[in-house]
Amino acid sequence: MTATSYAKSESRSDSILAPRAHLTHSTHAQFERTKLSISKLDVSIGQKMVLSDINVQFKPGAVTALLGPNGAGKSTLLKALCQEISTPRQSIRLGHSQLADWPRGELAKSLAVLPQHASLTFPFTVSEVVAMGLYPLTISNKEGEALVAEQLALVGLSHLAKRSYPTLSGGEKQRVQLARVLTQLSQSPFPPILLLDEPTSALDLAQQHRVLELAQHLAHQQAYTVIVVLHDLNQAARYSDQLIVLKQGRIVSEGAPAEALSVNTIREVWDYEPVYLAAPQGGHPLIF
Amino acid sequence: MFLNRWLWPGLVTLLALSCLLSVSTGPVSISLVDALSAVLNWATQQNIGNIAPHEQLVVNTVRLPRTLLALAVGATLAQCGAVMQGLFRNPLADPGIIGVSSGAALGAAICIVLLPNVNPFMIPISAFVSGLITTLVVYRLASSSTGTSVVLLLLSGVAIAALAGAGIGMLTYLANDMALRDLTLWQMGSIAGAQWMYVSLCLVTLALLSWRFRQDAAALNALLLGESEARHLGIDVDKLKLRLILLCALGVGVSVAATGIIGFIGLVVPHLVRMMLGPDHRQLLPISALLGAALLALADIGARAFLPPAELPVGLVTAIIGAPFFIFLLLQQRSKLI
Repeated sequence: MTATSYAKSESRSDSILAPRAHLTHSTHAQFERTKLSISKLDVSIGQKMVLSDINVQFKPGAVTALLGPNGAGKSTLLKALCQEISTPRQSIRLGHSQLADWPRGELAKSLAVLPQHASLTFPFTVSEVVAMGLYPLTISNKEGEALVAEQLALVGLSHLAKRSYPTLSGGEKQRVQLARVLTQLSQSPFPPILLLDEPTSALDLAQQHRVLELAQHLAHQQAYTVIVVLHDLNQAARYSDQLIVLKQGRIVSEGAPAEALSVNTIREVWDYEPVYLAAPQGGHPLIF
Repeated sequence: MFLNRWLWPGLVTLLALSCLLSVSTGPVSISLVDALSAVLNWATQQNIGNIAPHEQLVVNTVRLPRTLLALAVGATLAQCGAVMQGLFRNPLADPGIIGVSSGAALGAAICIVLLPNVNPFMIPISAFVSGLITTLVVYRLASSSTGTSVVLLLLSGVAIAALAGAGIGMLTYLANDMALRDLTLWQMGSIAGAQWMYVSLCLVTLALLSWRFRQDAAALNALLLGESEARHLGIDVDKLKLRLILLCALGVGVSVAATGIIGFIGLVVPHLVRMMLGPDHRQLLPISALLGAALLALADIGARAFLPPAELPVGLVTAIIGAPFFIFLLLQQRSKLI
C-alpha cells in the first residue's frame, strides 16, 4: 500500500493530505516566502571545521537528501537548519528573513524535526505524545483532539492511540513521532519545512518505504520542503528530487540523483567500488 | 472514566477529613464536630457551637497553624518532586533523595547557629540559596545529552547529603543548647511548633509555585521528549529549566526552613498519581498537590497518635512509609538500572 493510498483510505476531505487552499493557486511569491537557503556557512566545533563553505538552495515541493559517510557533516547541517547549533546570522535564510531572526514559536509552526531516537521513558499514551505537537499551535481542545486522531490515522496507528508509548516497537515509536511532527506543522501559514534525521534507521523494509513515500507525498502534493539525512543510496536515489553529497564538511556533489550519484562520486566519497546500474530515461540509478 | 469523575471530589473530601482530624488530634482532645466549629470560629471571628475558650486557643495557636503548615509543605514538596522528576527526566528524582533538602538544611543550620540574632526571615532565604546551589551542582553532576543518569543522580545525592550532614554535624559542636535542639529536630523534620509566620510564607510560596507550574506544565511534558525536541517545538528550554530549578529550590528551601527535612513526599505522591492518571503534568501537578497535602497531614496525625502524649518527628513517619516504597521502585526498575 502506498502512502498516498493509505492516506486516502484513512483521512477525510479536510485532512492534511487534501490540497490546501493556498496551494491551489501556488505562485512564485509563495515559493519565495518558504524558500530555505544556506550561503557561505562555516561551522567549527572546537578547532575542527565540520562544515565549510556550504551553499544550498532547498526547493519547496521537493525532497532533498543529505548523503555522505559518517562524520561528513550531514547531521551538523541538519542541526544548523533547525538552529540547534549556533550559526553566523547571515548564513541561513528562510523566506524574507534570516532564520535566526524568526520568533521561536512562529518557526516551530513551520519547521519541524523528526528525531532519530526520542528517549521518552515516561508512560505517556500514544495520543498524548502526538498531542505534544500541539504545543506551538493556537487551537481549541476539541480541534486538537481531532487533529491528533487524524495524524495518527495518517501514519496508520489509530489502533494504538491508547497504548503506552514506551511499550511500542522502534518502528511504531518512529511513526508516532512522525505524527507528532506533522501535528506541529498543521497550522503553518505556508508550506512547511520538514527535517528528517535518518528516519528509516529503526524501521523494517516496508515501513522504511512507507515513511519515505509519505515524505515524498508531502513534498510533491503539499509543497513541503523535505530535507532528509539518509545512509541508503538507493533510497536516496529513489525518493529524492535533489541530492547533496557531503565529504569532510564540504559539498562534493549536488543535483538530481542520476547526476549527483555517479560512479566516480561514490568511489571518491565512500572509497568503495560500486556495482552501478544506470537507469534508462533519467530514472534513478541502482547501486549495490 | 470512573477515576476522572471521582478523583477530584474524593481528594477534596480526603483533604477536608484529614484537616479536621489533624485539628482534633493531640493531648487536648477535641471532637471532630468541635474541631469544625473551632475552625469556623477562627475564620469568622464568631463563637459557633460554644467551644470552650481553652480549646479555641489550642486550635488557633497550635493545631490550625500546624495543620495548614502540613498542607502547604506537603503540597509544595509533592509538586517539587513531580517537577524535578520531569526536569531531570528521571522518575527517582526527589528533593530528599538527591540531596537538595540536605543542602537547604545546611543553609538553614548555618543561619541558626552562626547568626543567632538575625531576622528569622533570613533562615528560609539562606535555605533557598543553599538548596539552589545544591540543585545546580547535582544537575551538573548527573546530566548528559540523554537526560540524567539514575546512578549518577543517586550517587551525587549521597555525596551531597553526606557533605551537608558533615556540615550540620560540625555546626552542632558550635551550637548552644537551644540551637542544638532546633538542629536535631530539623534533621528529622517536624511540623510541631508551627508559627503563623512560616505558615503564611509557605502558603504564599505554594501559591506562586502552583500558578507557575501550571503555566509550564505543557512545556514540561514536551521536555520529557528530550531537550532538542522541546526546543524544536518552540520552547525556550534553557529559560524553562532555570525557572523550574529556581522554583523547586524555593519550594524546598522554604519548606525545609519551616519544617526541616521531610523526605519521600516528593517521591511517593507523584508516583501514585502517575500510576492512576499517567504522566501528563497538567493533571499530575494539581492532583499531586492535593494528595501531598493530605498525605503529610495524615502522617503528622500519625506522628502525634503513635506514642501520646509524646510526638514522633513527622520525617520519621514519612520515611517509614516512603523508604519501602523507594525500595519497591528500585526493584521495579532493577533491570534498567544494572
